Amino acid sequence: MLKLSSRWFAWTSSVVLAAACCGVAAGEWPLNMTKGVTDVSHNVYGLHMTILFWCIGIGVVVFGVMFYSMAMHRKSMGAKAANFHESTTLEIIWTAIPLLILIFMAVPATSTLKQLYDTEDADLDILVTGYQWKWKYEYLGEEVSFYSNLSDASREQIYGPKEKSTDYLRDVDNPLIIPVGKKVRFLVTAADVIHSWWVPQLAVKRDAIPGYINESWTFVEEPGVFRGQCAELCGKDHGFMPIVVKAVPQAEFDTWLGEQRQAALAVAEAAKQHLSFDELYSQGESVYNARCAACHQPNGAGVPGVFPAIAGSKVATGALEKHLATVVHGVPGTAMQAFADQLTPVQIAAVITYQRNAFGNNMGDSLQPIDVVNFTQNQ
Amino acid sequence: MAHGPAPGFSRWLYTTNHKDIGSMYLWFSFAMFFIGGMFALVIRAELFQPGLQIVEPNFFNQMTTLHGLIMVFGAVMPAFVGLANWMIPMMIGAPDMALPRMNNWSFWILPFAFAMLISTLFMEGGAPNFGWTFYAPLSTTYAPASVTFFIFAIHIMGASSIMGAINIIATILNMRAPGMTMMKMPLFVWTWLITAYLLIAVMPVLAGVVTMMLMDIHFGTSFFDAAGGGDPVLFQHVFWFFGHPEVYIMILPAFGIVSAIIPTFARKPLFGYSSMVYATASIAFLSFIVWAHHMFTVGMPLFGEMIFMYATMLIAVPTGVKVFNWVTTMFRGSMTFETPMLFAIAFVILFTIGGFSGLMLAMAPADFQYHDTYFVVAHFHYVLVPGAIFSITAAVYYWLPKWTGHMYDELMGKVHFWIAFIGLNVTFFPMHFSGLAGMPRRIPDYNPLWADWNMISSVGAFLFGAAQVLFLYNVIKTIAVGRKATTAVWEGSHGLEWTVPSPAPYHTFTRPPDIADDDPHLVAGTP
Repeated sequence: MLKLSSRWFAWTSSVVLAAACCGVAAGEWPLNMTKGVTDVSHNVYGLHMTILFWCIGIGVVVFGVMFYSMAMHRKSMGAKAANFHESTTLEIIWTAIPLLILIFMAVPATSTLKQLYDTEDADLDILVTGYQWKWKYEYLGEEVSFYSNLSDASREQIYGPKEKSTDYLRDVDNPLIIPVGKKVRFLVTAADVIHSWWVPQLAVKRDAIPGYINESWTFVEEPGVFRGQCAELCGKDHGFMPIVVKAVPQAEFDTWLGEQRQAALAVAEAAKQHLSFDELYSQGESVYNARCAACHQPNGAGVPGVFPAIAGSKVATGALEKHLATVVHGVPGTAMQAFADQLTPVQIAAVITYQRNAFGNNMGDSLQPIDVVNFTQNQ
Repeated sequence: MAHGPAPGFSRWLYTTNHKDIGSMYLWFSFAMFFIGGMFALVIRAELFQPGLQIVEPNFFNQMTTLHGLIMVFGAVMPAFVGLANWMIPMMIGAPDMALPRMNNWSFWILPFAFAMLISTLFMEGGAPNFGWTFYAPLSTTYAPASVTFFIFAIHIMGASSIMGAINIIATILNMRAPGMTMMKMPLFVWTWLITAYLLIAVMPVLAGVVTMMLMDIHFGTSFFDAAGGGDPVLFQHVFWFFGHPEVYIMILPAFGIVSAIIPTFARKPLFGYSSMVYATASIAFLSFIVWAHHMFTVGMPLFGEMIFMYATMLIAVPTGVKVFNWVTTMFRGSMTFETPMLFAIAFVILFTIGGFSGLMLAMAPADFQYHDTYFVVAHFHYVLVPGAIFSITAAVYYWLPKWTGHMYDELMGKVHFWIAFIGLNVTFFPMHFSGLAGMPRRIPDYNPLWADWNMISSVGAFLFGAAQVLFLYNVIKTIAVGRKATTAVWEGSHGLEWTVPSPAPYHTFTRPPDIADDDPHLVAGTP
């Protein structure tokens, strides 16, 4: 009676639970690691599957003996206990066989590891720098660099019942562009805390550590878009730090690189123009929401004890020069970063103007892009 | 005996009795288990579906941090120390622990440590939010001010653990009854002896690393600050030199518990007693030379990576020996399936599954893909929940009649087991899948790709939580109205603890028991 009732309970509850889960959730049920798109990722996947099958095989044997004993050698079946409790032969066998399996596994593991570490003879070097909470990509020797943030589309979907898009939290404003058919070496570092740069389909994961430059590499054969995320707890917005890598044909890559250089010139040109207060304020608002609101909050109130408020703060209602210096250089040792090369002079001027006049600050003053350029050049 | 417990609260405050202190440790751990569990449920509630619904990311990080710290230092470790206090003197025929006054201290500083840790939740800036591994420089530079309280709390917990460990070693080495040779000690005693040495070896390392943090935060040093000439990776090396043996501290006593329970209910002696002892010692040794497998992605040299990979794979061998021994103990036994046995069998199966995923994680190139994903979360919860928590639960059911003199409700025990077993697997098995599919851990919000598995995990977590309420009810019911237990309690009982009456008198073995060369009490399966 006792046994029956608990077993009955186990079965019904698992059936009910399974039914409930199938009812509420319909969609994809991803089960396994990605095979990925590179030679390295295929090898890693193969290694993963081999060791998995070894584990399943050992499990079947061990649990098989165990369940056989539980079914056949139970007291209620009249089983009488044997009294053996030692066998040197058996124990030598089950030490030796696992050792052999391990040696057998160590061979492919070692060769794949060597492959992962082979960063020599790269065609293109990209410096990847982790920030709280964005990535900076620098094409070494190409004079092109930019920051990559969570896309606005994803950011807008975080709160509320809005339907989440397929690439929710795995989409950025500026993806990393790499050429296909070239060995690309990644140099990975961080500016504040430890992050980890991970793109599963390329089988690349390297910690980004302040003071270190770690190396990794990839060789993508076909164009495609590959997504990943930061994989090391790096603070509040750790979950909102996606990585998107776009592999394109060499010709397209060259064109893109040229456009990036042009865009840099355009930014310098834009810094010379004069903007009206309203233009500055409204542009500042969107920069604030994209870049400052994560910490200082959309209403400028900050988080007490963690992130200072903008509303009524000493910086935003004090000397303009001090405010500008704070945004340009950041505050060392805190989450306030140096925004000098993360934002354009126009954006810096706009966001400072906004901060000094929004949230009840009403300072009435404003800043022109050229002031920012002059300030940074005089430093 | 003439001396009974003191009346009122002073019995507990001033007590030097190993049974009272054991009970206090167990109740404290039980309370922490519920608090840490509630933090886990906050996490699972937020992760029920994509989007931010219940908590803010910063608070989410506080929950993950406190959940980890409280479960490790507040629930699992004190529970094992409580079991050691209760059982080791009774198993080796000693009247009490060797250092009873220190025993009182090592318990009573714990509630203060945890009150301090939990109080950080109410401080400006909130509780520690950098994960239970508290990697620098996140924890030294960007953490809330409450990190200083966290460091102080860690120091106190460490001091408590070291005192407990010293006491256990002194008791085992000095207080054994005549005739109780080392190779006659129950495996629970053996595993605790080895665990205690691990504790003494690594707790000072933890104290060191948090002291270095304290210096970096308040005294201008740069141990972990690259800009000042320090090294953030140094933090991880020091932390994991503590942290890896720590995970064995949380599993070795469990091996001892299961090695007591399986022979009892299989009515057959434990297979391979001496190889169990050697395997435990080998695991403990290996635990010191594999710490860097937690850091395969930090950019170690290839050679270092290879050495740590091989050493980690090697752990599978002694661990395998233990599993094979348990299975062989069951083979051709005469088994019954009372609640402690159910938990012990679930331990063997699920711990083995956790071992398999551990073996997979040992493969450094594959680890790059698993590292810091939900696959790792699944792995260590398969090791720690069935490993530590199930074994502790099994131990409580197994020895509860001896402690209280009352039998627990068997039907309710079995219901507890099945809900916990199902809840556990429904919670943690899907995490293998979401991890392999690329879900990083410690994120408060995620892509819809992983939504289905997360929803199931969350349902399972609440089921598992509910099962524990039943456990609490069953324990209270046993103490209050359980039917009278016999001295030997179980048909296949073995060991000195079953020779004293149930409940165990306040003072036992004031005169050492005689242990003959082939004492039937020490041989499992010969009641």
